[in-house]
Amino acid sequence: MSFHPHTSSFNGVQGAGALDVSLGPQHPSTHGVFRMNVRMEGETITKLQPVFGYLHRNHEKIAEANSWLGSMPYTDRLDYICPITNNWAYARAVEQLAGIEVPERAEYIRVIVGELTRLQNHTVFLGFILGDMGAWGSALMYAFREREKILDLFEWLTGARMMVNYMRFGGVRCDLPVGWLEKARAYVETYPAFLDEMERLLTGNEILLARLQGVGILSGERAINGGLSGPVLRASGVDYDIRKVDAYGVYPRLSFRIPRGTVGDCYDRFMIRLLEARESIRILQQAFAQIPAGPTLNPAVKQRGFKPPAGEAYGRIEGPKGELGFHLISEGGEKPYRYHVRPPSLINLTLLEEMCLGTKIADVMVILGSIDIVLGEVDR
Amino acid sequence: MNLPGSGILKGMAVTAVNFIGSFFDRAHAKRLITEQYPEERPTLVETSRSFPFLVFDGDPEKGIRCTACKICEKECPPQCISIVKAKDANGKPILRPQIFDIDISVCMGCQICVEVCPFESIRMDNIYEVSAYDRFGTLVLHKDQLLKSNEYYRQIHPTEAAQTDARIEAVRVKKAAAKAASAKAAAAKAAAAQAAQTQPEPAA
Repeated sequence: MSFHPHTSSFNGVQGAGALDVSLGPQHPSTHGVFRMNVRMEGETITKLQPVFGYLHRNHEKIAEANSWLGSMPYTDRLDYICPITNNWAYARAVEQLAGIEVPERAEYIRVIVGELTRLQNHTVFLGFILGDMGAWGSALMYAFREREKILDLFEWLTGARMMVNYMRFGGVRCDLPVGWLEKARAYVETYPAFLDEMERLLTGNEILLARLQGVGILSGERAINGGLSGPVLRASGVDYDIRKVDAYGVYPRLSFRIPRGTVGDCYDRFMIRLLEARESIRILQQAFAQIPAGPTLNPAVKQRGFKPPAGEAYGRIEGPKGELGFHLISEGGEKPYRYHVRPPSLINLTLLEEMCLGTKIADVMVILGSIDIVLGEVDR
Repeated sequence: MNLPGSGILKGMAVTAVNFIGSFFDRAHAKRLITEQYPEERPTLVETSRSFPFLVFDGDPEKGIRCTACKICEKECPPQCISIVKAKDANGKPILRPQIFDIDISVCMGCQICVEVCPFESIRMDNIYEVSAYDRFGTLVLHKDQLLKSNEYYRQIHPTEAAQTDARIEAVRVKKAAAKAASAKAAAAKAAAAQAAQTQPEPAA
């Protein structure tokens, strides 16, 4: 942190004095290279300005210079905590563009890996937000322990722990290895016990309640007007989940509930992740029971030299962080004419100032943590 | 209402259980324990991938499967592959790479080159200790470093290698059958032509 007094703000404030603080871009609580210019009166925030772009790496322009298939591994690097859902969103956008059918087994595999991704994202969220509150240690280690087990499953399936490059247009790259499904099922059976452990560790903790409850309140109306999505929106009490709204893939066949918050404070945003993780387990159990045999890739689709017809499509899924969408324009060639990403993290960040105004500087970190951002996706 | 502080005590009990449990969970089934890396090495799963290599059968010079068709060079998303076709003594291009370089400081291990290769010649390795002191030069792998035998491939990815071998064998059988069929057809044609020749000319 670097401090320098802001001379113009001193007049009018007796005793306290305004201070401009540049938080980040290397601060451990800013989840990467994110920077905020914060103006404080005493310890109270009066102005907050996010500074984006430290991790900008030309994702969209690279995609416009690459083949359609060649952009798939780059999508892994958007939200690097949950690469499989990024793959899924891109594949879905291309499938909408070219009108490609996906085999049933592939749809089930997508739901299984997607919900495992949601589980691990929400798990590390629990660890990270504790880190933002200053409790580096137990919670983060327990969360990473469980994430490690899910990453092991991903490595077995795709060959890589994080940069999976697993989805293809019209299906998935390879079928589940022999024994994978049994291992995954056995693992998911142990997950509720872990969530119980996490709840015993955290949710009743008086310090945690004091730090989260009533902090960073966001009304449902403002959340809708700000275009927020995902758990942050639902924590403000809005019933909006793209899995239900769009009913894509095989989600209509699976029964699950959409948890909602009532207050819209950090505690709601914290609890909604725990509840969603429990719903994900229900989805996974149903998907394990229902998954049919069959092909995993539509054989009619040519992956190399893929040329969708000229047109425009917007494909979106409910990612672990919110609505992840890809807007693609094709001119019928081997490369997209326009490739645009709608990242949930960036748009959820736009209301950060509103949530932070009037709170203390120590709460800014908790509010930022409760939005759950990944800078790979914000800056692209 | 609970006693004040009881939530914290409950949480402390969880950490205590985990702490004490870590001494008894020898199989590391529930509590993962840091692997002492250089001494203890993880056993990689079969599908694990890192960087590409070139497969050869038998002799590294003659048995190289790559035909320098440059499809992987074109499809590689970060463009880390560079290929130059070999030429024979008369300057005629032959189906073999003269230069095949992969810059593994650029390679992101996406394995798209493996998927697009029509000759089953490029495959993913699972090496992970490739650090170097020199930023330039040593991280560009040349053809002789990239060439690895099919036996090595069978060793690191048994299932995948078996599938590849089956595909190659099927193609070979099909080609042999086609060759035999065409030879048979040619023989039949020759026999027919001979029969036509030996037949007496019809009187005009």
